[in-house]
Amino acid sequence: MIEIKNVTKHFGKLRVLNNLSLQMMKGECIALIGPNGCGKTTLIKSILGMVLPENGAIIFDGYTIKNDNEYRKHIGYMPQIGRYPENMTIGQVIDMIKGIRHEHTALDLDLFEQFELSKMLDKKMRTLSGGTTQKVSATLAFLFKPKVLILDEPTAGLDPIASEVLKRKIIEARDRGCLILITSHLLSELEDIVSQVIFMQEGNVVLHKDVNDLKIATGQETIARSIVHLLKMETV
Amino acid sequence: MIRILKYVAIDILKNKIVIAYTIMLALFSWSAFSLEDNAAKGLLTVLNIVLLTVPLVSVLFATIYVYNSNEFIELLVSHPVKRSMIWKALFIGLSLSLVTAYLIGVGIPLLIFADWGTALIMLAAGMLLSVISVAIAFLSCIFTRDKAKGIGISILLWLYFALLFDGIVLFLFFQFADYPIEKAVVFLSAWSPIDLCRILILLRLDVSAMMGYTGAIFKNFFGNSLGLVVSFTLLALWFLIPFLWSLRKFKKKDL
Repeated sequence: MIEIKNVTKHFGKLRVLNNLSLQMMKGECIALIGPNGCGKTTLIKSILGMVLPENGAIIFDGYTIKNDNEYRKHIGYMPQIGRYPENMTIGQVIDMIKGIRHEHTALDLDLFEQFELSKMLDKKMRTLSGGTTQKVSATLAFLFKPKVLILDEPTAGLDPIASEVLKRKIIEARDRGCLILITSHLLSELEDIVSQVIFMQEGNVVLHKDVNDLKIATGQETIARSIVHLLKMETV
Repeated sequence: MIRILKYVAIDILKNKIVIAYTIMLALFSWSAFSLEDNAAKGLLTVLNIVLLTVPLVSVLFATIYVYNSNEFIELLVSHPVKRSMIWKALFIGLSLSLVTAYLIGVGIPLLIFADWGTALIMLAAGMLLSVISVAIAFLSCIFTRDKAKGIGISILLWLYFALLFDGIVLFLFFQFADYPIEKAVVFLSAWSPIDLCRILILLRLDVSAMMGYTGAIFKNFFGNSLGLVVSFTLLALWFLIPFLWSLRKFKKKDL
Protein backbone atom coordinates (compact mmCIF):
# COMPACT_ATOMS: atom_id res chain seq x y z
CA MET A 1 0.00 0.00 0.00
CA ILE A 2 2.83 2.36 0.83
CA GLU A 3 6.13 1.69 -0.84
CA ILE A 4 9.25 3.68 -0.13
CA LYS A 5 12.03 3.33 -2.67
CA ASN A 6 15.57 4.52 -2.03
CA VAL A 7 14.58 7.71 -0.27
CA THR A 8 17.37 10.06 0.81
CA LYS A 9 17.02 13.31 2.72
CA HIS A 10 19.57 15.72 4.11
CA PHE A 11 18.99 18.59 6.49
CA GLY A 12 22.00 20.74 5.74
CA LYS A 13 24.94 18.34 5.98
CA LEU A 14 23.12 15.91 8.21
CA ARG A 15 21.87 12.83 6.42
CA VAL A 16 18.52 12.00 7.99
CA LEU A 17 17.25 9.31 5.64
CA ASN A 18 19.86 7.16 4.00
CA ASN A 19 18.71 5.47 0.80
CA LEU A 20 15.82 3.97 2.69
CA SER A 21 13.42 1.41 1.24
CA LEU A 22 10.34 -0.06 2.88
CA GLN A 23 7.11 -1.75 2.05
CA MET A 24 3.96 -1.51 4.12
CA MET A 25 0.82 -3.46 3.35
CA LYS A 26 -2.84 -3.07 4.11
CA GLY A 27 -3.94 -4.44 7.47
CA GLU A 28 -0.51 -4.25 9.03
CA CYS A 29 0.07 -2.46 12.28
CA ILE A 30 3.65 -1.34 12.33
CA ALA A 31 5.72 -0.03 15.20
CA LEU A 32 8.37 2.36 13.99
CA ILE A 33 11.02 2.50 16.65
CA GLY A 34 14.55 3.74 17.08
CA PRO A 35 16.65 6.16 19.11
CA ASN A 36 15.98 9.90 19.09
CA GLY A 37 16.95 11.59 15.87
CA CYS A 38 17.08 8.40 13.82
CA GLY A 39 14.71 9.81 11.20
CA LYS A 40 11.35 8.42 12.29
CA THR A 41 9.51 11.72 12.17
CA THR A 42 11.26 12.72 8.93
CA LEU A 43 10.14 9.45 7.37
CA ILE A 44 6.57 10.09 8.47
CA LYS A 45 6.67 13.66 7.23
CA SER A 46 8.02 12.45 3.89
CA ILE A 47 5.07 10.09 3.52
CA LEU A 48 2.77 13.02 4.25
CA GLY A 49 4.54 15.28 1.75
CA MET A 50 5.55 17.77 4.44
CA VAL A 51 9.22 17.00 3.89
CA LEU A 52 10.34 16.54 0.30
CA PRO A 53 13.11 13.96 -0.11
CA GLU A 54 15.92 14.62 -2.58
CA ASN A 55 16.02 11.17 -4.13
CA GLY A 56 13.81 8.18 -4.44
CA ALA A 57 10.08 7.74 -4.66
CA ILE A 58 7.21 7.18 -2.27
CA ILE A 59 4.37 5.22 -3.78
CA PHE A 60 0.91 5.25 -2.30
CA ASP A 61 -1.62 2.78 -3.66
CA GLY A 62 0.36 2.41 -6.87
CA TYR A 63 0.85 6.12 -7.56
CA THR A 64 3.81 8.28 -6.71
CA ILE A 65 2.96 11.01 -4.23
CA LYS A 66 5.13 13.58 -5.94
CA ASN A 67 3.04 16.57 -7.04
CA ASP A 68 -0.08 14.92 -5.70
CA ASN A 69 -2.13 15.82 -2.66
CA GLU A 70 -5.35 13.86 -3.06
CA TYR A 71 -3.81 10.71 -1.59
CA ARG A 72 -3.78 12.46 1.77
CA LYS A 73 -7.54 12.01 1.84
CA HIS A 74 -6.81 8.46 2.89
CA ILE A 75 -4.41 9.32 5.68
CA GLY A 76 -5.17 10.29 9.24
CA TYR A 77 -2.15 11.89 10.85
CA MET A 78 -1.53 12.56 14.49
CA PRO A 79 1.61 14.62 14.98
CA GLN A 80 4.02 14.27 17.87
CA ILE A 81 3.44 17.85 18.94
CA GLY A 82 0.24 19.21 17.45
CA ARG A 83 0.62 22.83 16.42
CA TYR A 84 -2.60 24.67 15.82
CA PRO A 85 -3.53 28.29 15.10
CA GLU A 86 -3.45 29.74 18.58
CA ASN A 87 -6.47 31.98 18.35
CA MET A 88 -8.86 29.35 17.08
CA THR A 89 -11.09 27.38 19.39
CA ILE A 90 -11.32 23.59 19.35
CA GLY A 91 -14.67 23.86 17.61
CA GLN A 92 -13.32 26.17 14.92
CA VAL A 93 -10.34 23.91 14.20
CA ILE A 94 -12.56 20.86 13.81
CA ASP A 95 -15.03 22.81 11.65
CA MET A 96 -12.23 24.15 9.51
CA ILE A 97 -10.75 20.73 8.81
CA LYS A 98 -14.22 19.41 8.02
CA GLY A 99 -14.79 22.37 5.69
CA ILE A 100 -11.47 21.92 3.94
CA ARG A 101 -11.82 18.16 3.54
CA HIS A 102 -15.32 18.71 2.28
CA GLU A 103 -16.26 15.05 2.47
CA HIS A 104 -19.77 13.80 2.62
CA THR A 105 -19.14 10.46 4.27
CA ALA A 106 -20.27 10.02 7.83
CA LEU A 107 -17.71 11.15 10.38
CA ASP A 108 -16.24 9.02 13.10
CA LEU A 109 -17.09 10.93 16.26
CA ASP A 110 -16.17 8.18 18.76
CA LEU A 111 -13.08 9.88 20.09
CA PHE A 112 -14.76 13.28 20.04
CA GLU A 113 -17.39 11.91 22.38
CA GLN A 114 -15.15 9.78 24.55
CA PHE A 115 -12.66 12.59 25.10
CA GLU A 116 -15.62 14.84 25.93
CA LEU A 117 -14.43 17.54 23.58
CA SER A 118 -17.96 18.88 23.22
CA LYS A 119 -17.60 20.45 26.66
CA MET A 120 -14.53 22.40 25.59
CA LEU A 121 -15.47 23.53 22.09
CA ASP A 122 -15.00 27.19 22.99
CA LYS A 123 -11.54 26.82 24.47
CA LYS A 124 -8.77 28.47 22.50
CA MET A 125 -6.00 26.18 21.29
CA ARG A 126 -3.35 28.28 23.00
CA THR A 127 -4.89 27.65 26.43
CA LEU A 128 -4.95 23.87 26.08
CA SER A 129 -2.67 21.52 27.97
CA GLY A 130 -0.41 19.19 25.99
CA GLY A 131 -2.72 16.26 26.68
CA THR A 132 -5.84 18.04 25.50
CA THR A 133 -4.05 19.13 22.33
CA GLN A 134 -3.18 15.46 21.76
CA LYS A 135 -6.85 14.58 22.19
CA VAL A 136 -7.77 17.07 19.48
CA SER A 137 -5.06 15.65 17.21
CA ALA A 138 -6.29 12.10 17.79
CA THR A 139 -9.89 13.07 17.11
CA LEU A 140 -8.87 14.73 13.83
CA ALA A 141 -6.77 11.74 12.77
CA PHE A 142 -9.68 9.32 13.15
CA LEU A 143 -12.44 11.71 12.08
CA PHE A 144 -12.58 10.77 8.40
CA LYS A 145 -12.21 6.99 8.78
CA PRO A 146 -8.93 6.90 6.85
CA LYS A 147 -7.39 3.80 5.28
CA VAL A 148 -4.00 4.68 6.68
CA LEU A 149 -3.26 5.99 10.15
CA ILE A 150 0.04 7.58 10.98
CA LEU A 151 0.48 8.17 14.68
CA ASP A 152 3.60 9.88 15.95
CA GLU A 153 3.97 9.21 19.68
CA PRO A 154 0.20 8.96 20.10
CA THR A 155 0.04 8.29 23.80
CA ALA A 156 2.69 10.75 24.94
CA GLY A 157 1.06 13.25 27.25
CA LEU A 158 -2.28 11.48 27.46
CA ASP A 159 -3.67 10.45 30.82
CA PRO A 160 -4.07 6.68 31.38
CA ILE A 161 -7.80 6.68 30.64
CA ALA A 162 -7.47 8.64 27.41
CA SER A 163 -4.52 6.55 26.39
CA GLU A 164 -6.59 3.39 26.92
CA VAL A 165 -9.45 4.86 24.85
CA LEU A 166 -7.02 5.66 22.06
CA LYS A 167 -5.48 2.20 22.17
CA ARG A 168 -8.86 0.58 21.86
CA LYS A 169 -9.59 2.81 18.89
CA ILE A 170 -6.31 1.83 17.23
CA ILE A 171 -7.09 -1.88 17.67
CA GLU A 172 -10.53 -1.32 16.22
CA ALA A 173 -9.01 0.39 13.17
CA ARG A 174 -6.51 -2.43 12.79
CA ASP A 175 -9.28 -5.01 12.81
CA ARG A 176 -11.09 -2.99 10.15
CA GLY A 177 -8.08 -3.47 7.87
CA CYS A 178 -6.33 -0.11 8.16
CA LEU A 179 -2.61 0.23 7.70
CA ILE A 180 -1.34 1.73 10.94
CA LEU A 181 2.10 3.19 11.49
CA ILE A 182 2.95 4.07 15.08
CA THR A 183 6.11 5.51 16.54
CA SER A 184 6.62 5.25 20.23
CA HIS A 185 9.33 4.87 22.78
CA LEU A 186 7.07 2.99 25.14
CA LEU A 187 7.36 -0.45 23.64
CA SER A 188 5.25 -2.01 26.36
CA GLU A 189 2.32 0.12 25.21
CA LEU A 190 2.56 -1.26 21.70
CA GLU A 191 2.85 -4.86 22.83
CA ASP A 192 -0.70 -5.99 22.16
CA ILE A 193 -1.31 -3.72 19.17
CA VAL A 194 1.43 -4.18 16.61
CA SER A 195 2.07 -6.95 14.15
CA GLN A 196 5.33 -5.70 12.65
CA VAL A 197 8.37 -3.87 13.89
CA ILE A 198 10.61 -1.50 11.97
CA PHE A 199 13.76 -0.50 13.76
CA MET A 200 15.60 2.55 12.45
CA GLN A 201 19.05 3.83 13.21
CA GLU A 202 20.82 6.84 11.70
CA GLY A 203 18.48 6.99 8.75
CA ASN A 204 18.64 3.30 7.91
CA VAL A 205 16.16 0.51 8.45
CA VAL A 206 18.04 -1.97 10.60
CA LEU A 207 15.22 -4.41 10.99
CA HIS A 208 11.77 -4.98 9.51
CA LYS A 209 10.14 -8.09 10.91
CA ASP A 210 6.93 -9.70 11.94
CA VAL A 211 6.52 -9.52 15.72
CA ASN A 212 6.03 -13.27 16.18
CA ASP A 213 9.03 -14.13 14.00
CA LEU A 214 11.08 -11.68 15.98
CA LYS A 215 10.08 -13.18 19.30
CA ILE A 216 10.83 -16.68 18.10
CA ALA A 217 14.14 -15.71 16.57
CA THR A 218 15.34 -14.03 19.73
CA GLY A 219 13.65 -16.38 22.16
CA GLN A 220 12.18 -13.52 24.15
CA GLU A 221 8.62 -12.91 25.24
CA THR A 222 8.09 -9.23 24.59
CA ILE A 223 8.98 -6.87 21.79
CA ALA A 224 10.99 -4.68 24.12
CA ARG A 225 13.15 -7.56 25.27
CA SER A 226 13.64 -8.87 21.75
CA ILE A 227 14.88 -5.51 20.56
CA VAL A 228 17.21 -5.12 23.52
CA HIS A 229 18.45 -8.65 22.90
CA LEU A 230 19.15 -7.87 19.25
CA LEU A 231 20.95 -4.64 20.09
CA LYS A 232 23.17 -6.41 22.61
CA MET A 233 24.06 -9.09 20.08
CA GLU A 234 25.09 -6.38 17.65
CA THR A 235 27.35 -4.58 20.06
CA VAL A 236 29.03 -7.77 21.22
CA MET B 1 -8.90 27.78 -2.48
CA ILE B 2 -12.04 29.76 -1.64
CA ARG B 3 -12.53 27.52 1.39
CA ILE B 4 -9.06 28.25 2.74
CA LEU B 5 -9.43 31.92 1.89
CA LYS B 6 -12.58 32.02 4.01
CA TYR B 7 -10.69 30.95 7.13
CA VAL B 8 -7.80 33.30 6.42
CA ALA B 9 -10.21 36.19 5.94
CA ILE B 10 -12.08 35.43 9.18
CA ASP B 11 -8.79 35.33 11.03
CA ILE B 12 -7.53 38.64 9.64
CA LEU B 13 -10.83 40.37 10.31
CA LYS B 14 -10.53 39.38 13.95
CA ASN B 15 -7.11 40.99 14.01
CA LYS B 16 -7.41 44.52 15.35
CA ILE B 17 -4.26 45.79 13.66
CA VAL B 18 -5.98 46.13 10.28
CA ILE B 19 -8.78 48.15 11.86
CA ALA B 20 -6.30 50.40 13.66
CA TYR B 21 -4.42 50.85 10.37
CA THR B 22 -7.62 51.89 8.59
CA ILE B 23 -8.43 54.44 11.26
CA MET B 24 -4.89 55.80 11.19
CA LEU B 25 -4.95 56.25 7.42
CA ALA B 26 -8.38 57.91 7.62
CA LEU B 27 -7.21 60.32 10.33
CA PHE B 28 -4.11 61.29 8.34
CA SER B 29 -5.95 61.88 5.10
CA TRP B 30 -8.94 63.72 6.55
CA SER B 31 -6.71 66.03 8.54
CA ALA B 32 -4.34 66.61 5.62
CA PHE B 33 -7.19 67.67 3.38
CA SER B 34 -8.94 69.83 5.94
CA LEU B 35 -5.79 71.57 7.17
CA GLU B 36 -4.62 72.67 3.74
CA ASP B 37 -6.77 75.29 2.03
CA ASN B 38 -5.91 73.95 -1.40
CA ALA B 39 -6.71 70.40 -2.42
CA ALA B 40 -3.52 69.97 -4.47
CA LYS B 41 -1.39 70.73 -1.44
CA GLY B 42 -3.45 68.36 0.65
CA LEU B 43 -2.97 65.70 -1.97
CA LEU B 44 0.81 66.04 -1.80
CA THR B 45 0.75 65.72 1.98
CA VAL B 46 -1.40 62.61 1.70
CA LEU B 47 0.92 61.27 -0.98
CA ASN B 48 3.95 61.58 1.24
CA ILE B 49 2.20 59.95 4.16
CA VAL B 50 0.93 57.14 1.98
CA LEU B 51 4.33 56.49 0.44
CA LEU B 52 5.89 56.12 3.89
CA THR B 53 3.23 54.37 5.95
CA VAL B 54 1.47 52.05 3.51
CA PRO B 55 4.55 50.01 2.62
CA LEU B 56 5.81 49.98 6.21
CA VAL B 57 2.59 48.78 7.79
CA SER B 58 1.82 46.36 4.98
CA VAL B 59 5.23 44.76 4.91
CA LEU B 60 5.44 44.42 8.69
CA PHE B 61 1.91 43.16 9.19
CA ALA B 62 2.24 40.64 6.36
CA THR B 63 5.59 39.33 7.60
CA ILE B 64 4.35 38.84 11.15
CA TYR B 65 1.12 37.32 9.94
CA VAL B 66 2.85 34.76 7.73
CA TYR B 67 5.14 33.70 10.58
CA ASN B 68 2.18 33.38 12.89
CA SER B 69 0.40 31.26 10.29
CA ASN B 70 3.06 28.59 10.46
CA GLU B 71 0.86 26.32 12.55
CA PHE B 72 -2.06 26.91 10.23
CA ILE B 73 0.09 25.96 7.23
CA GLU B 74 1.41 22.84 8.94
CA LEU B 75 -2.07 21.76 9.90
CA LEU B 76 -3.35 22.11 6.35
CA VAL B 77 -0.40 20.47 4.63
CA SER B 78 -1.19 17.09 6.18
CA HIS B 79 -4.65 17.24 4.60
CA PRO B 80 -5.52 16.94 0.92
CA VAL B 81 -4.82 20.57 0.11
CA LYS B 82 -2.45 21.83 -2.56
CA ARG B 83 0.50 23.71 -1.13
CA SER B 84 0.23 26.45 -3.71
CA MET B 85 -3.41 26.97 -2.69
CA ILE B 86 -2.44 27.64 0.91
CA TRP B 87 0.19 30.18 -0.09
CA LYS B 88 -2.09 31.86 -2.61
CA ALA B 89 -4.97 32.02 -0.14
CA LEU B 90 -2.71 33.67 2.44
CA PHE B 91 -1.45 36.15 -0.14
CA ILE B 92 -4.89 37.05 -1.44
CA GLY B 93 -6.35 37.28 2.06
CA LEU B 94 -3.62 39.62 3.27
CA SER B 95 -3.66 41.72 0.10
CA LEU B 96 -7.42 42.06 0.14
CA SER B 97 -7.57 43.15 3.75
CA LEU B 98 -4.77 45.72 3.37
CA VAL B 99 -6.22 47.04 0.11
CA THR B 100 -9.63 47.37 1.76
CA ALA B 101 -8.09 49.25 4.66
CA TYR B 102 -6.42 51.61 2.21
CA LEU B 103 -9.57 52.13 0.17
CA ILE B 104 -11.60 52.99 3.23
CA GLY B 105 -8.94 55.04 4.98
CA VAL B 106 -7.50 57.03 2.09
CA GLY B 107 -9.94 56.34 -0.73
CA ILE B 108 -13.01 58.04 0.72
CA PRO B 109 -11.37 61.40 1.52
CA LEU B 110 -9.51 61.28 -1.81
CA LEU B 111 -12.69 60.86 -3.80
CA ILE B 112 -14.33 63.69 -1.88
CA PHE B 113 -11.53 66.25 -2.02
CA ALA B 114 -9.40 65.52 -5.09
CA ASP B 115 -10.46 65.44 -8.71
CA TRP B 116 -11.48 61.99 -9.87
CA GLY B 117 -8.70 61.31 -12.33
CA THR B 118 -5.98 62.01 -9.81
CA ALA B 119 -7.85 60.21 -7.07
CA LEU B 120 -8.18 57.07 -9.16
CA ILE B 121 -4.51 57.00 -10.06
CA MET B 122 -3.56 57.52 -6.45
CA LEU B 123 -5.91 54.77 -5.37
CA ALA B 124 -4.43 52.41 -7.93
CA ALA B 125 -0.90 53.30 -6.83
CA GLY B 126 -1.70 52.78 -3.15
CA MET B 127 -3.39 49.45 -3.81
CA LEU B 128 -0.46 48.27 -5.89
CA LEU B 129 1.93 49.42 -3.20
CA SER B 130 0.02 47.42 -0.56
CA VAL B 131 0.09 44.28 -2.70
CA ILE B 132 3.77 44.76 -3.54
CA SER B 133 4.61 45.09 0.15
CA VAL B 134 2.76 41.86 0.90
CA ALA B 135 4.66 40.11 -1.90
CA ILE B 136 7.99 41.39 -0.57
CA ALA B 137 7.01 40.25 2.92
CA PHE B 138 6.25 36.76 1.58
CA LEU B 139 9.64 36.64 -0.04
CA SER B 140 11.50 37.63 3.11
CA CYS B 141 9.48 35.08 5.12
CA ILE B 142 10.39 32.21 2.85
CA PHE B 143 14.09 32.99 3.01
CA THR B 144 14.48 32.49 6.72
CA ARG B 145 12.80 30.34 9.34
CA ASP B 146 13.65 32.78 12.09
CA LYS B 147 10.88 35.25 12.77
CA ALA B 148 13.11 38.04 14.08
CA LYS B 149 15.39 37.74 11.06
CA GLY B 150 12.44 37.78 8.68
CA ILE B 151 11.01 40.93 10.25
CA GLY B 152 14.48 42.49 10.15
CA ILE B 153 14.82 41.77 6.45
CA SER B 154 11.39 43.29 5.82
CA ILE B 155 12.23 46.49 7.69
CA LEU B 156 15.56 46.81 5.92
CA LEU B 157 13.88 46.42 2.54
CA TRP B 158 11.35 49.09 3.46
CA LEU B 159 14.10 51.42 4.64
CA TYR B 160 15.93 50.91 1.39
CA PHE B 161 12.92 51.49 -0.85
CA ALA B 162 11.39 54.35 1.11
CA LEU B 163 14.41 56.38 2.17
CA LEU B 164 17.76 55.23 0.86
CA PHE B 165 16.94 54.64 -2.77
CA ASP B 166 16.37 58.21 -3.96
CA GLY B 167 19.44 59.27 -2.01
CA ILE B 168 21.58 56.67 -3.73
CA VAL B 169 20.31 57.72 -7.15
CA LEU B 170 21.01 61.37 -6.37
CA PHE B 171 24.47 60.50 -5.13
CA LEU B 172 25.21 58.58 -8.32
CA PHE B 173 23.97 61.49 -10.36
CA PHE B 174 26.31 63.94 -8.69
CA GLN B 175 29.21 61.56 -8.98
CA PHE B 176 28.64 61.01 -12.68
CA ALA B 177 27.21 64.43 -13.54
CA ASP B 178 29.69 64.90 -16.40
CA TYR B 179 28.43 61.87 -18.25
CA PRO B 180 25.11 61.39 -20.08
CA ILE B 181 23.49 59.12 -17.54
CA GLU B 182 19.82 60.00 -17.96
CA LYS B 183 18.94 56.66 -19.50
CA ALA B 184 20.71 54.81 -16.76
CA VAL B 185 18.77 56.77 -14.13
CA VAL B 186 15.45 55.90 -15.75
CA PHE B 187 16.50 52.29 -15.66
CA LEU B 188 17.47 52.66 -12.02
CA SER B 189 14.12 54.11 -11.00
CA ALA B 190 12.48 50.82 -11.93
CA TRP B 191 14.28 49.30 -8.96
CA SER B 192 12.10 50.88 -6.31
CA PRO B 193 8.32 50.46 -6.28
CA ILE B 194 7.87 53.40 -3.93
CA ASP B 195 9.72 55.72 -6.31
CA LEU B 196 7.67 54.36 -9.17
CA CYS B 197 4.47 55.19 -7.29
CA ARG B 198 5.65 58.68 -6.56
CA ILE B 199 6.51 59.19 -10.21
CA LEU B 200 3.16 57.81 -11.27
CA ILE B 201 1.17 60.26 -9.20
CA LEU B 202 3.38 63.25 -9.82
CA LEU B 203 3.27 62.67 -13.57
CA ARG B 204 -0.44 63.13 -13.24
CA LEU B 205 -0.21 66.15 -10.94
CA ASP B 206 2.45 67.75 -13.11
CA VAL B 207 4.56 69.14 -10.30
CA SER B 208 8.06 68.36 -11.47
CA ALA B 209 9.63 70.19 -8.56
CA MET B 210 8.32 67.54 -6.17
CA MET B 211 9.25 64.57 -8.26
CA GLY B 212 12.66 63.88 -6.93
CA TYR B 213 15.45 63.33 -9.32
CA THR B 214 14.35 60.04 -10.84
CA GLY B 215 10.85 61.38 -11.37
CA ALA B 216 12.01 64.42 -13.29
CA ILE B 217 14.06 62.32 -15.64
CA PHE B 218 11.32 59.76 -16.01
CA LYS B 219 8.98 62.48 -17.17
CA ASN B 220 11.49 63.86 -19.60
CA PHE B 221 12.08 60.47 -21.00
CA PHE B 222 8.62 59.04 -21.37
CA GLY B 223 6.24 61.98 -21.36
CA ASN B 224 3.00 61.59 -19.46
CA SER B 225 0.93 58.81 -20.96
CA LEU B 226 3.70 56.42 -21.91
CA GLY B 227 5.19 57.08 -18.49
CA LEU B 228 1.94 55.93 -16.88
CA VAL B 229 1.86 52.71 -18.86
CA VAL B 230 5.50 51.90 -18.21
CA SER B 231 5.28 52.57 -14.49
CA PHE B 232 2.08 50.54 -14.08
CA THR B 233 3.68 47.61 -15.87
CA LEU B 234 6.76 47.83 -13.72
CA LEU B 235 4.63 47.98 -10.58
CA ALA B 236 2.73 44.88 -11.67
CA LEU B 237 6.05 43.08 -12.13
CA TRP B 238 7.05 44.21 -8.66
CA PHE B 239 4.39 42.12 -7.00
CA LEU B 240 4.28 39.27 -9.52
CA ILE B 241 7.95 38.43 -9.42
CA PRO B 242 8.48 38.36 -5.63
CA PHE B 243 5.25 36.45 -5.08
CA LEU B 244 5.86 33.83 -7.76
CA TRP B 245 9.41 33.42 -6.53
CA SER B 246 8.21 32.85 -2.97
CA LEU B 247 5.55 30.43 -4.24
CA ARG B 248 8.19 28.37 -6.02
CA LYS B 249 10.26 28.20 -2.87
CA PHE B 250 7.26 27.40 -0.70
CA LYS B 251 6.36 24.41 -2.84
CA LYS B 252 9.76 22.93 -2.10
CA LYS B 253 9.97 23.89 1.55
CA ASP B 254 10.27 21.28 4.29
CA LEU B 255 7.72 21.90 7.00
